Amino acid sequence: MNAQTQSSAPILSVEHVAVHFGGLVAISDMSFEVHEGELVSLIGPNGAGKTTAFNVITGFQRPTKGHVSFQGTSLDGLKPHEVTGLGLVRTFQRTSVFEKISVFENVLIGLHRRTAPSLFGTLMGLPGERKAEAALREEAWEILRLVGIEHEADELGGSLPYGDQRLLGVALALAADPRALLLDEPVSGMNASETGRFIDLLNRLRAKGTTILLVEHDMPMVMKISDRIVVLNYGRIIANGTPSEIQNDPEVIAAYLGGGVKNA
Amino acid sequence: MKQVFPFIALAFFATVPLWLQDQYYLHTLVVAGIFMLAAMSLNLLLGYTGQLSLGHVAFFGIGAYVSALTSLGFSLSIFGFQITHEPWPAFVGLILGALAAGLCGYLIGKLAFRVRGAYFVIVTISFAEVVRLVSLNWVELTNGPLALPGIPPLTLGFEWTGYVTLWGKAQNYYLVLVLIALAYLLIKRLVQSPYGRAMIALRENETLAVSVGISVTKYLVLAAIFSGALAGLAGGLYAHYIQIIDPMIFMFLNTVTMVIMVITGGKGTLAGPLVGGLIFGLAPVFLRNYVGPEVQWILYGVLMILVVFVLPEGIVPAIERWFNRAAKPKRKNGSAGGKMEQSGSSLAMASSGKVNS
Repeated sequence: MNAQTQSSAPILSVEHVAVHFGGLVAISDMSFEVHEGELVSLIGPNGAGKTTAFNVITGFQRPTKGHVSFQGTSLDGLKPHEVTGLGLVRTFQRTSVFEKISVFENVLIGLHRRTAPSLFGTLMGLPGERKAEAALREEAWEILRLVGIEHEADELGGSLPYGDQRLLGVALALAADPRALLLDEPVSGMNASETGRFIDLLNRLRAKGTTILLVEHDMPMVMKISDRIVVLNYGRIIANGTPSEIQNDPEVIAAYLGGGVKNA
Repeated sequence: MKQVFPFIALAFFATVPLWLQDQYYLHTLVVAGIFMLAAMSLNLLLGYTGQLSLGHVAFFGIGAYVSALTSLGFSLSIFGFQITHEPWPAFVGLILGALAAGLCGYLIGKLAFRVRGAYFVIVTISFAEVVRLVSLNWVELTNGPLALPGIPPLTLGFEWTGYVTLWGKAQNYYLVLVLIALAYLLIKRLVQSPYGRAMIALRENETLAVSVGISVTKYLVLAAIFSGALAGLAGGLYAHYIQIIDPMIFMFLNTVTMVIMVITGGKGTLAGPLVGGLIFGLAPVFLRNYVGPEVQWILYGVLMILVVFVLPEGIVPAIERWFNRAAKPKRKNGSAGGKMEQSGSSLAMASSGKVNS
């Protein structure tokens, strides 16, 4: 069922995952793979199970059935911070920044995974830890510059314009040193120029070899940047292929526009 | 200016015993200082991780009892085994008390942080109550309601320096002052390091913190260990200074005092528990000339409510904001003006666009 074009081994594979909330079936049977360096979009109408799929992959939600593995490591039973520890990092649809903390400190928090200070050294104020802290701050500046919000470093996270908050959310995820980045509706609510800036950022990340899995409703953007698109509807995958394949898939058209739309 | 203020405060308080002749006032300061240490420990949990421990006095009391029993010695029989402990030096007791309280922090943390928020509050209250009941009823060990009298004062020093026994109020005052300064420094280093950032991140938005790889259990338990140990140290100091302890030490009122100190001063700030501790530690001295102790507690309540309404973040953040505004009026105005200009111009563009179309 997968229309793979690459021959490399998958970095992320989702196998027969099902999620039931009581009697409600959020995801009935979902399998797909993401390969190293790919940008795969997960699309589907509201309530199709996209965010639930993200939650399962990143350990925020236990699947009722099925398995997820990342770089050959099974993620079964791992806690979210352990999944992040493997290099699989996500952003959120809504709660995306620490609102009462400065933008710069936000990124410093995001850099958590890159520091392993000794408790003793920290308490004694040893020069080694100070040097590490200085290096960390330099790294935070670099990420802010990469994302393009370095001029707002001193502002509170919650006081940024909406589009910049989304960028800060991505900066936080980038700070966590992702091998694969999962973005949950990153451009929802952004205007056209903000979306344009965001696409530039994604291209820069791809140039650095970051694998990206994207959930998004902005179809022009999805069609423009995706290598491959996975379409979910009512908790199951109805299509998986390149943007042009997806655009011409009758089942996808039906799911998005309702049945009998040939004339629409 | 902000950098030097702690040193100015430290220098000022170092001179206090030189000009304060009244021993009662000095005594009040020592007790206030001990409670400030306890409030600092509570602040680490409540202020930085956002978890309210309403049984914090348990750590304080455990530190006091362990330290007192270590230095007094005891003998009891458990399951037919006779256990006798010969008295050890008081400062060894102080350290053991802090370690024991830290261990309790670890256990409570491990247990309670599976259930955070309101459940953590309930677990800590229950813990304090259990410890109080043990201290009241395990008469063979704790003397129960008859109290543990004759706890020796601390003796400091080494063979090559000679020994000093802290009988006097001024000596104890300086010990407490030094320990507060040390605790302040250590807490400052901790909360401004990646450890502290992780704790603050968990307080602000746990889901997001977890998503960047911060382990909830690790950092909350770490905070609980530090918090417990520091509260235990304060309890040990209390025991050796007052020289008698009884189960009344586990009074809920003592926890409330610490919470009031932290919230009034400003939770999540380094100086907050110190400022709050000073106010509520010294208030009894000024109030006792006018009203009875029961009325004092009512006044505390009123003061607390006032502070929460007028300065919801506490005194220290309010002063900081006022200070920042006074120090940098130009920059603030400039940036605000810039923003207004920007929004003004975009508004103008929008309206002119409308006119044109």
